[in-house]
Amino acid sequence: MDFLKLMRQSPLSARIGLAIVLLNLLAALLAPVIAPYGETEIVADVWLSSSWDHPLGTDHLGRDLFTRVVYGARNTITIAFATTMLSFIIGSMMGFMAAAMEGWADLIISRIVDILMAFPTLIFALMALSVVGTSVMSLIGVIAVLDSTRVFRLSRAVAMDITVMEFVEAARLRGEGIFWVMRKEILPNAMPPLVAEFGLRFCFVFLFIASLSFLGLGIQPPTADWGGMVRENAGAITFGILTPLWPAGAIALLTVGVNLIVDWFLKIASGLKD
Amino acid sequence: MTHLLEMKNIVIEGFSSEEEKWMPIIRGLDLTLNRGEIVGLIGESGAGKSTLGLASMCYTRGGCRISSGSIVFDGMELFGKSDDVLREIRGVRIAYVAQSAAASFNPAYRLIKQYVETPVQHGLMKFAEAEEKAVDIYKRLLLPDPEGIGYRYPHQVSGGQLQRAMVAMAMACTPDIIVFDEPTTALDVTTQIEVLAAIKKITREFNTAAIYITHDLAVVAQLADRIMVLKNGHLVEENNARQMLANPKEEYTRKLLSVRTLTEDRVLSDAEDDVVLEINNVSASYTGKASEKVLEDINLVVRRSRTVALVGESGSGKSTLARVITGLLPPLSGEIRYDGKVLPPALKARERETLRIMQMIYQMPDTALNPRQKVRDIIGRPLSFYFQMNGSEQEKRIRELLEMIELSPKKYIDRFPGEMSGGEKQRICIARALAAKPELIICDEVTSALDQLVAEGILKLLQDLQNELQVSYLFITHDLATVKAIADEIVVMLQGRIVEQGPKKQVLDPPYHEYTELLLSSVPEMDPDWLDTVLKIRKEKGIGLTQDR
Repeated sequence: MDFLKLMRQSPLSARIGLAIVLLNLLAALLAPVIAPYGETEIVADVWLSSSWDHPLGTDHLGRDLFTRVVYGARNTITIAFATTMLSFIIGSMMGFMAAAMEGWADLIISRIVDILMAFPTLIFALMALSVVGTSVMSLIGVIAVLDSTRVFRLSRAVAMDITVMEFVEAARLRGEGIFWVMRKEILPNAMPPLVAEFGLRFCFVFLFIASLSFLGLGIQPPTADWGGMVRENAGAITFGILTPLWPAGAIALLTVGVNLIVDWFLKIASGLKD
Repeated sequence: MTHLLEMKNIVIEGFSSEEEKWMPIIRGLDLTLNRGEIVGLIGESGAGKSTLGLASMCYTRGGCRISSGSIVFDGMELFGKSDDVLREIRGVRIAYVAQSAAASFNPAYRLIKQYVETPVQHGLMKFAEAEEKAVDIYKRLLLPDPEGIGYRYPHQVSGGQLQRAMVAMAMACTPDIIVFDEPTTALDVTTQIEVLAAIKKITREFNTAAIYITHDLAVVAQLADRIMVLKNGHLVEENNARQMLANPKEEYTRKLLSVRTLTEDRVLSDAEDDVVLEINNVSASYTGKASEKVLEDINLVVRRSRTVALVGESGSGKSTLARVITGLLPPLSGEIRYDGKVLPPALKARERETLRIMQMIYQMPDTALNPRQKVRDIIGRPLSFYFQMNGSEQEKRIRELLEMIELSPKKYIDRFPGEMSGGEKQRICIARALAAKPELIICDEVTSALDQLVAEGILKLLQDLQNELQVSYLFITHDLATVKAIADEIVVMLQGRIVEQGPKKQVLDPPYHEYTELLLSSVPEMDPDWLDTVLKIRKEKGIGLTQDR
């Protein structure tokens, strides 16, 4: 009921964003049904242009690009979502804890985060991935930890504003433990900015994986992912072939879609009226 | 004679995003103002006082609009005029003084720079001229060091001085009308009297007309020639100030006049030694340094089912003492005993049972309740936390508690704090405290954020609960009317020390302690001559009006 009412009031931009995201999710979920060929199946000559058989043409090995883009949605979105989720769990837990405990605990956690943030993210990720290997799990783990530093900063700042409220003091005077305070008093009130940030972080993670894939340290071939597909086919652009633009376009489209929804959500959460 | 300002049949609407339509705030009000006349607008919050006051310069807050009416100022119709035209009038001929001076000044600029802005912006004066005039106005407003005070930053002057600096700012262009929007509500009584005296003096000297908005009838009685009582955007009563005070016609006005009459006198036998809380020689500091003490050598005793009122201005250490008692701020020295047993100084070291018997109620019900929890969860948590009471048993107890605070369980149990009024929220806070079955409740300024009629209801409730449940109260307040109403014993604090303490009768009846007398004589009375009389007496006695510390 509430959702329907919310949708009715939503601006056009948010609806477009929602449509884009739904389209991507659908593609990800139904990839085997939608895709005309197999994910790694070589079906024709290399770098063909669009045709009825191959709507987006073929890639550098002669695989159907449309099939690859659809499967790529599945891999890329799943990994990006898992990573963002993990980074939010780590980051907000630490952030709330730092704000709720204050003093030494806050100091120690914050300084560790500062140290992590002092390294350029990409360099740090390259270093960490070359140590732990480039499996999907380690990819998720490394990016999540790096990204959680940003989430930590935000959730600590938000939680700081909440912990000075008297209802938190009232809970402490009642004798509540720190985890109860974090879960029941801080978390519900920190939700709006965190959810908005989730959308943005999701985009960044997504782009980050794409750039790691582009550098060859992300998702490994032959698994289809958008960043990797851009890299594999990058050479084609010098011959005037459009192939690499399709996965690049898919990345751009999803990023824009998510951001449109986030903008709308930020507006609702902050209570701003036009 | 034509009026200086004539507002006719004003209708102002606000947009309600919940109902998705414009709802009326002011429903067809008239207001006239003559040169040099002061009109008082009074009513509870939500009555539309500020909205009407701002409309005098054809301005509304965001989300509101003036939908019809006529605003004629000095022969010119303002309603429907463009912003450019209105800009020439706002700030220059009609000025505004807001409630919280601290929030209205830009902390990054010196006072005089902010003073000079309006006249220079409008091209009325050169910077140096305006500066010179500022000193004159500061002098007239009885500010200390008028030549130098303008060169201070907002945080370097006291609250009362800042409010007067704001009045000076409004006076910068010698306007015809000033709209005062609750200028003294956030101030202590002793500071309030300074600001009131300054406002009265300067409006007389410049023959400035004013609209004075407040919820305190006694304050407006000192200044206004005429009073308008508003309720829900309607006019309840309008009359000459003296006539209205002497002879209110409407029931609602009578109610407003009769607040502060709640009293209860209990016989306190000296033999009463059923002491609950005992504070011995407590000193405390926020920095942990003995040289920066905010509390020094505090001794006090709270008896069972009795109320001790802790009185003092802001900064006197009242709330700090509450923090020490609850364990949030362990004291530097001294001890706190409960039922004869010494309590551990820090909160973490105290047992759950100790926490249960001492509950706290806060000043701002808005921040004391988690906005994301329903009433059921707010009151239910102490029940499950202290008594492991869950399920239908808990539900039953929550309903009982809601009955006790006179809110219908059916209506309120599933509400969020945002869906209740200030008074209702404060009642929920009381219920949350009661849920723990406490023996002592610390009430920190529980009524100062509420309208007088609502506050009266809360005090009455607290009194009834005390008689029924035998709880003790430590009642922290700066409002002496509240003290008169409910205290059994009074402790007067000044700058971290206790200056006087004893049974209510002894403290409030002559002979007074010097500081207590200052506090008592600063509480406005419903007598239009009160301010002048007090000022005269103080002048004779040689007590400075502006006792700036």
